[in-house]
Amino acid sequence: MRETEVLVVGGGPAGLSAAIEAASFGAKVTLMDSDLALGGQLIKQTHKFFGSKNERAGTRGFKIAEELFKELKEREENIETFTNCTVTGYYKEDGVVSCVKGEDEYFHVKPKKIVMATGAQERIIPFPNNHLPGVYGAGAVQTLMNVYGVVPGERVLMVGAGNIGLIVSYQLMQAGVKVVGIVEAMNKIGGYWVHAAKVRRLGVPIYLRHTVKEAIGDRFVEGAVIQEIDEKFQPTGNEKKLDVDIICLAVGLTPTCELLWQAGCKMSFVPQLCGYVAQRDKNMRTSHPDIWVAGDAAGIEEASSAMVEGRIAGLGVVKALGYGAPEEIQGRLEEYHMRLADLRGGEVGAKIREGIALCSVESWEV
Amino acid sequence: MDEKEKLFNSGILTGERKGAIKPPKELWETKKNGLVVIECPQRIPCNPCHTSCPTGAVKPFEDINDQPQIDYEKCTGCARCVAVCPGLACFVIDLTWGAEDKALIKLAYEMLPTPEEGQVVDCLNRFGEPVAKGKVVKITEPMKDKTLVVHVEIPKDLVMDIRAIRVV
Repeated sequence: MRETEVLVVGGGPAGLSAAIEAASFGAKVTLMDSDLALGGQLIKQTHKFFGSKNERAGTRGFKIAEELFKELKEREENIETFTNCTVTGYYKEDGVVSCVKGEDEYFHVKPKKIVMATGAQERIIPFPNNHLPGVYGAGAVQTLMNVYGVVPGERVLMVGAGNIGLIVSYQLMQAGVKVVGIVEAMNKIGGYWVHAAKVRRLGVPIYLRHTVKEAIGDRFVEGAVIQEIDEKFQPTGNEKKLDVDIICLAVGLTPTCELLWQAGCKMSFVPQLCGYVAQRDKNMRTSHPDIWVAGDAAGIEEASSAMVEGRIAGLGVVKALGYGAPEEIQGRLEEYHMRLADLRGGEVGAKIREGIALCSVESWEV
Repeated sequence: MDEKEKLFNSGILTGERKGAIKPPKELWETKKNGLVVIECPQRIPCNPCHTSCPTGAVKPFEDINDQPQIDYEKCTGCARCVAVCPGLACFVIDLTWGAEDKALIKLAYEMLPTPEEGQVVDCLNRFGEPVAKGKVVKITEPMKDKTLVVHVEIPKDLVMDIRAIRVV
């Protein structure tokens, strides 16, 4: 059976960062991603990132992915990469992981330590006809447009004014697609105000306290009805029909955590982090002594924090494996913890701070 | 919630706020090359306007979540922050530009088609409504990263309204 010191599951911003950090101390890393290419959501992000210089603020997401790939390449003697390879199971009895590469190559790996950086899944909301072709998740729209260069349609209703809804609206406009409107159930936009201002000044209306009532169409989306809702999210009767061929859902993500459940990690339901997440210590170790978690799988947040969390998990793993000088590792950890605290410091980070407090433990040692 | 607050909550600036204030009038009216106008009223973890500023006009952040604060004396209107800001929230407005009733706005542009120097474009307000025509004076790409900084001559009385252009 194939053996490895560190298995990193997921090659997005968190997984790449964890792999790079662990390999830089000499650990032998196996990095697996179910997609055809590494980079996770980063490769679809054509907008510039926020944060500080350390998080490469002002750089477009896909450029950040390129920089991470470069770092990965510099450590290639310590990192073996598998793409188009899905980790399908974790067997508690012997710590063996099952994987499927492509459609029919099935094999097992026995890692000493695992970093679960499995990312997130998009949420869907129920409404009549939401099964019609033309109803997309925002991630799918981004993949079509920004990875494959295909416009999804001509006229879009965006559902949700969080950062993803706002950013994807802007990217749709960059691709020449008309964004007819954005509906948001809350009484204020959930994403950064500046992202909203960016689409507003290009003429996109944002309907607060509105939701999609139904999709119109027989075989595909030919329109949408939006409706106003009150503070209890009940319809007020105020409806509007929009001429659209795409309904794009940007109504949130939920952490992908099946493998963590399988491994028997202690889980908590934390609404602030958008679902079930593994309880973790400061360095992202779960209740399972050989499993760490990082990125959206540990709670839905920004890619900038995912990258720092990945670094922290990577360091946690090498520390446990006995690589590197303890004081050097400690120094780096402290720096990363400071960066994370900065990123989560403001009002927009308040929810994240609350959520993390609900699933953090001081130490797993007894 | 009043109408103004509701508008603000949907991404429309309604009057001055912390992180979105006008430069001091006297200095602004005489400063060649213009002064920065930043519209970043929400505390978010972001500081490239400061780290990219070559003159220190965008003051150091105590906390990365702070709204930007500006030392207008130091601002040269270079528009580097305009090119760098991930929120496209920085503008430079030069009130000394051209004829008495004109001004120059330098704004970030990331759409297609790209304008050409000398071209007349629609100038849009914060709602995206065309409120004037403006002539593109100059186009630069300071960071060589596809974010263009477009210099547009606009009516002086609309400097606090116009925030985008549409190439027609």
